[in-house]
Amino acid sequence: MAIDLHKYANPKRFLAITGAIYPWSVGVTVILLAVGLYMSLFVAPPDYQQGDTVRIMYVHVPAAWMGLSIYTMMAISSAIGLIWKHPVADLTAKAAAPIGACFTFLALVTGSLWGQPMWGTYWVWDARLTSMLILLFLYLGYMALWESFDDQGKAAKATSILALVGVINIPIIKFSVDWWNTLHQPASVATMSGPKIHSSILIPLLVMGLAYMSFFVMVLIIRVKAEILQRRLRILRMSELKEH
Amino acid sequence: MKRFFGLIRRDLVLAVRQGSAVTLSLCFFVIVVVLFPLGVGPELSVLARIGPGVLWVAALLSCLLTLDRMFQADFEDGSLDLLIIGPLPLEILVLGKVIAHWLTSILPLIVITPVLALSLNMPTEGIWTMSLALLIGTPTLSLIGAIGAALTVAMRRGGVLLSLLVLPLYIPVLIFGAAAVEAAIGQLPATPHLLLLAGISLGSLVVGMFAAAAALRLALD
Amino acid sequence: MSFAAENLTCLRADQLIFEGVSFSLSPGDALWVRGRNGAGKSSFLRICAKLLKPLSGMLKWEGEDIRSDSSNFHGNYHYLGHQDALKPVLTVSENLSFWAGFHGTPDVARALAEFELDLLRDTPAGMLSQGQKKRANLARLAASDARLWILDEPVSALDQHFIDLFKARLIRHLQNGGMALFATHQDLMLAKVRTLNLDDIAS
Repeated sequence: MAIDLHKYANPKRFLAITGAIYPWSVGVTVILLAVGLYMSLFVAPPDYQQGDTVRIMYVHVPAAWMGLSIYTMMAISSAIGLIWKHPVADLTAKAAAPIGACFTFLALVTGSLWGQPMWGTYWVWDARLTSMLILLFLYLGYMALWESFDDQGKAAKATSILALVGVINIPIIKFSVDWWNTLHQPASVATMSGPKIHSSILIPLLVMGLAYMSFFVMVLIIRVKAEILQRRLRILRMSELKEH
Repeated sequence: MKRFFGLIRRDLVLAVRQGSAVTLSLCFFVIVVVLFPLGVGPELSVLARIGPGVLWVAALLSCLLTLDRMFQADFEDGSLDLLIIGPLPLEILVLGKVIAHWLTSILPLIVITPVLALSLNMPTEGIWTMSLALLIGTPTLSLIGAIGAALTVAMRRGGVLLSLLVLPLYIPVLIFGAAAVEAAIGQLPATPHLLLLAGISLGSLVVGMFAAAAALRLALD
Repeated sequence: MSFAAENLTCLRADQLIFEGVSFSLSPGDALWVRGRNGAGKSSFLRICAKLLKPLSGMLKWEGEDIRSDSSNFHGNYHYLGHQDALKPVLTVSENLSFWAGFHGTPDVARALAEFELDLLRDTPAGMLSQGQKKRANLARLAASDARLWILDEPVSALDQHFIDLFKARLIRHLQNGGMALFATHQDLMLAKVRTLNLDDIAS
């Protein structure tokens, strides 16, 4: 089958490249995570109002960044998959979705844990938290759509369309939720933007952000690899079926 | 152009002859709205406070009810094949189906809304703005919904998935739509909200037509 | 006027159905597509009707790729598939008039008469039998002035009388310079027909 060789020529190169990156991503993740956690838990100053609870921010804020940027990345690879029909681009988007959903979920959980001492309740309809919640729904819809197709090629195209529509909508949703929030809540309620950004806070925050990113790259490589292998396995099984 | 209107006319005739779908979504709309006073209690001040939101949420849900059949009936009996090989571009075809959906499934809701609004103790100025906001905002529901309907057209039980895909994208319409009515009730200008709704409708006109057409091509492939 | 395919290859759900299928039709030509179940007859016809994308290969109408804008393939062909495309609550003539109007050919009455549907014209399509639905679909085809007919199982559910009627109509279509691609299980015994057996080329 000449066609299959052509179709999966790209993944071969992809596997070679990621195979080289993978060990580095593991090392970088471990080091950055250790440094970032140490800095945010021990070095960074406690907030004069919130005390040590402010340290939740170092887990929460980068997770929220990741949640949003992974969806954007998925939309970009979806566009690449749709336009240039690059099979790895589709698989990357598919593999990234659950990771992004986990980061979004982490941001929600840490947000509500942080909210407890700040607001005295585990959930407040704060603009940022609400936007994150909607983002989680977008992720869940995307993953559910992937699951509901048998044909992987069709699933890839359908989810690409959804991801692109979603990414156009995210700024509108964000804007509308902010609008809704200012309409319904007095300005005195503290928001999650935290205290003024000082370098002693910013540096651990950035280190944690980089650690998350490198963790994402690591897990993404594992997942994409697994996807490619699964696809090959399916094709092997099918050709076996045909011979019988 | 003649073909475009022919398509809409056929869908309208089908809706009138079948009847049940339109009546059902209308009944659903009324029942959802009626459930709220029963759930939160009959105090008029509470009802007036939640009225705009309740009506909008009920409209979103009733719209979902008819959405999954937007392309499915034509897909199942092979009409979609014949529509696609015809001379109309698929994007225009989608627009025709969306207009037919809006006329048959959403316009009846807008017509009955003033009565329901009265039952929720909404002041007169609020009722006017409510109808206007629905007229401006609901085309978005059909247009965005068309994307979801096209993505799930080949699935036997796509309805639940459809709501997960589409409802998060409806949130801006819900927010600005309800805010417009609340502004009008509070004697504030509702125009900015209505303009935002109109902007969203125009944007989703472009996005909805192209994305739904792409999804339909995929479903047939 | 001509319709040709070059090296069509069809992949469905990661499975290769057929590979390297070519043919060409000139006015008056008919191509009988044969093959066992699952050989890809329906996929082949759907590819020709521009309803499916081939993995590779090209279809040409008058020498122009049908995917290019300059090709006027649209409006020159009509497709008849497994599904009947009839709305049960509309009458036979309403159903056909809609399709005739949509594809730009208003003359329905003659086509109804041709397949002896006059008495059924005001019957809701939901009350028709399978064979009557098939006849309504053949009438839809006969009402169009398409040059190329793409027919997937056009005579299933028909009795011998209507098979003969359809055959006569098909021959007249070919004599008038039309072309046809069709998949049937039974041999229509056409005098001049070419055969494409997908079993021979399936991989």
